[in-house]
Amino acid sequence: MRIEVDRIACRGDGLCAGLLPEAVTLDDWGFPIVGPLPPGSEKAARRAVAACPALALRLEART
Amino acid sequence: MTTATLTTRLLGGPPLGPRPAGVDVEAAVAAAGLVGRGGGGFPTARKLAAVRGRRRAPVLVANAAEGEPLSTKDATLLARAPHQVLEGIVLAASAVGAREAYLCLPAGLAPPPAVQDAVRRHDLAGVTVRLRAVPRRYVASEESALVQLLSGGPALPTSRPPRAAERGVRGAPTLVLNVETLAGVALAVHCGPQRYRAVGDPAEPGTLLVTVAGAVPAPGVVELPTGTPAGTALAAAGAVDVGAVLTGGYGGAWLSGEAARSAPLTHAGMRTAGGVLGPGILAVLPRHACGPAETAAVARYLAGQSAGQCGPCVFGLPDIAGALDAAVAGGPHAPAALAAVRRWTATLPGRGACRHPDGAARLVASALRVFAADLSAHVSGRPCAGFFGPRYLEVPR
Repeated sequence: MRIEVDRIACRGDGLCAGLLPEAVTLDDWGFPIVGPLPPGSEKAARRAVAACPALALRLEART
Repeated sequence: MTTATLTTRLLGGPPLGPRPAGVDVEAAVAAAGLVGRGGGGFPTARKLAAVRGRRRAPVLVANAAEGEPLSTKDATLLARAPHQVLEGIVLAASAVGAREAYLCLPAGLAPPPAVQDAVRRHDLAGVTVRLRAVPRRYVASEESALVQLLSGGPALPTSRPPRAAERGVRGAPTLVLNVETLAGVALAVHCGPQRYRAVGDPAEPGTLLVTVAGAVPAPGVVELPTGTPAGTALAAAGAVDVGAVLTGGYGGAWLSGEAARSAPLTHAGMRTAGGVLGPGILAVLPRHACGPAETAAVARYLAGQSAGQCGPCVFGLPDIAGALDAAVAGGPHAPAALAAVRRWTATLPGRGACRHPDGAARLVASALRVFAADLSAHVSGRPCAGFFGPRYLEVPR
């Protein structure tokens, strides 16, 4: 699994980095830098995807 | 300025003659080993295969919009060999079952009479070919931007998925090919794959159009076999004083003059040398020019050309341009500015809907490498003499 960002939809709200710090950090302007999902973080990833106010995140099956 | 050799077959080659009957276009293109000439270098046969056999008839987009401001090769090709491009359109359309094609040209210029005349006179075999003007914006010639424009929207990139091959112009599967690629399709079919690939690099065969720009006596487009050292293209433009070369255009990468001269004109060869083939652009800086200042001007231009849709590009590109300016100007904040440029160019790639931020970051990162000594002198308050001299890269306003 991996997290994909719709870069046009993303507004830099930053909730993803708060909910999933193991895979998402924010750049100097507050936009997500997404790394690989560590094993066992799938549930947290789903929560981050669901919490995005801009609906800019999705989970992709392939890594 | 075109080298009149046996390899001249895109510009000023002999007429193609009658269309061969019963040729499997996709197989011929695959056997010829044709790779795209728009900048990405993707195998053309695989692009054909991606839209073939879908439920809806595909739409073909022939891209001559030339978003890279330094590139003039598509305009040159269309002026010199419009029938070869149209023949490629007809053959590619037949290969995928498209009945509709758009020839996308830069706005502001009337379509060359040769093109209009060719569209009227060429045997289009039932394919409707429409001319479309594309706004002169850097990202407007990107595939998804063309798809959105031709669907009635603005010429701005869109998020993927869906890919154009799945759902493109007005929802139809869409095949976007550069016009030089389409001319190659015509050659591969009319001359046969064996003759097509008898010239050039075995992995990326054929000839290639290269725009040579910047500080050269005879700027323009040359046609050369792929794999030829870039120095041959520079020499054809009369370049003598070559301090550095911008390869691949404004979204490309700098190489030192020596590295550029020996770099082969293929995607793989340029990449190995640290450069970019892109749509075949080589822009020359003389030795006394200020590479960092030239790069800062281009970075500023690229920041202004952002579609304004993706945060990392909207905020990142202007900040990179500003920090590079500060580093070039020197002073107490210059070291921190240079460090910021380094950090930002590393985090930008892959974080836009299109590759605009990737290209801008790559260009600036390459300047940090190639002009490292000059740049560190600037940062410590000792700008080079070239800083006070003229600029050699034309940056559109």
